[in-house]
Amino acid sequence: MSSKRTSPVRVNRPPVLLVFLAALGMAFFVIPLVGLVAKTPWTNLLDLLSSEIVADAVRLSLVSSLAATAIALVLGVPLAWVLARVEFPGKAILRGLVLLPLVLPPVVGGAALLFALGRRGVIGEPLHELTGLVLPFSTWGVVIAATFVAMPFLVITVEGALHNLDDRYEGAAATLGASRWTVLRRVTLPMIAPSLISGVVLTWARALGEFGATVTFAGNLQGRTQTLPLAIFVALESDRDTAVAVSLVMVVVSLSVLVLLRDRWWRSL
Amino acid sequence: MNRLMLLIVTTAVSLGACGGGDASDDRREVLVSSASSLTEAFLELEAAFEDAHPDIDVVINLGGSSMLREQILAGAPVDVFASANSANMAIVVEQGVVAGTAAIFAINRLEIAVPIGNPADVTGLEDFADSGLLIGLCAQGVPCGDFARHALSSAGVEPIPDTNEPDVRALLTKIEVGELDAGIVYATDVAARAGIVIGIEIPDAFNVAAEYPIAVLTGGENRKDGETFAAFVLSDDGRAILVKHGFSAP
Repeated sequence: MSSKRTSPVRVNRPPVLLVFLAALGMAFFVIPLVGLVAKTPWTNLLDLLSSEIVADAVRLSLVSSLAATAIALVLGVPLAWVLARVEFPGKAILRGLVLLPLVLPPVVGGAALLFALGRRGVIGEPLHELTGLVLPFSTWGVVIAATFVAMPFLVITVEGALHNLDDRYEGAAATLGASRWTVLRRVTLPMIAPSLISGVVLTWARALGEFGATVTFAGNLQGRTQTLPLAIFVALESDRDTAVAVSLVMVVVSLSVLVLLRDRWWRSL
Repeated sequence: MNRLMLLIVTTAVSLGACGGGDASDDRREVLVSSASSLTEAFLELEAAFEDAHPDIDVVINLGGSSMLREQILAGAPVDVFASANSANMAIVVEQGVVAGTAAIFAINRLEIAVPIGNPADVTGLEDFADSGLLIGLCAQGVPCGDFARHALSSAGVEPIPDTNEPDVRALLTKIEVGELDAGIVYATDVAARAGIVIGIEIPDAFNVAAEYPIAVLTGGENRKDGETFAAFVLSDDGRAILVKHGFSAP
């Protein structure tokens, strides 16, 4: 798809205007980070980060973002497959519903989850009566909120890959007697692996950064529902140094993962 | 840097101000910066004041007290500042932009809020130590969270909250929909949501009085009418409106 050809025209000097606009675009991402780094209390950074609140938030963020990614993988890949391969009426509406969390303010998603799955919610109330389970104010609530906002990233990435896949390979495998399940497992999934991995990474990154739906649906309690973004938001009110220090950790962790994975996997794209 | 900030702030404030007034009338404009918790009360004060003074147009600029303070210190042409706490007013006074002195015009007290019907039969602060109930407070560092913890510790109650909400409106929402059994909010919040939540009084011995100061500023464009408006807020008529919205008289 992206085979390199030698061109007779010199292409190593891009137009000045293009570079200027690109630099301006890049500034949007870099300038806020400069502000964060400038405000970072470097001298007592380790002290600020070694508090119990930060440790609890790191643990909870890792557990909930990984759990959300796992759920998104198990449910999102089949959903992407159905959207890419099965024709049925109302598919456009279904796809719109899947993409909605990308557009909705997360706080709206959180409120919707509360009305649906809360203790007095449409589904939450019978669930509570039958099992005694209360999803808001629990770690499960955090995982559900993160899955809600992050799963669309997995679905669109995988659906796009399935769409672009040359289905002759799958056809060939089927002709050779492979069952549909085997074709999916041995041909389809390996062929879309790069997209699947980038989808997983994007989903995890979005789940890690999730704030609005979580605070609205799950609340904020240290060790139970207070993830890193919530800890940062609350600390901004009272303890800005800690807030900035934790923000820096989030930037370093997220950026490292994105850069490392890009080098390792995305090169094949 | 500061000039840029000033430009942004004055533009933002005057844009906000444009929305409120009718561009075609020739009334004299008074710009009042008031804390968000005063929203309903100050909109009614504005209407009552303009009825009595048809030649004056009061324009209300709402926001968090600390944000309003920053706007004023950056040079926004504000005539009157009504803050939700003394700390922000003290900073403005220190910077020498207050004409005369600041006066306390209202007091906000804490109340326990429970959903309609009080399904968990909450009766007082001691219920906040019941781990079987779903309890919410504002987070530490947020004024309502610090006040609530102060009241609870005066009553000798060790609370077991299920959530520490980032602001009082978020806490109130979770009580309204019945997801929390109880929370501690301001009396004005309960008054604003009458019929949606029920308030349970906290005894004076444990309660906290949050003081709301008001001051006329030197940096505005209409100090004279600003003084008239501030005097109206402090008058008996003004006080009656504030009490109606859940505030206590100072």
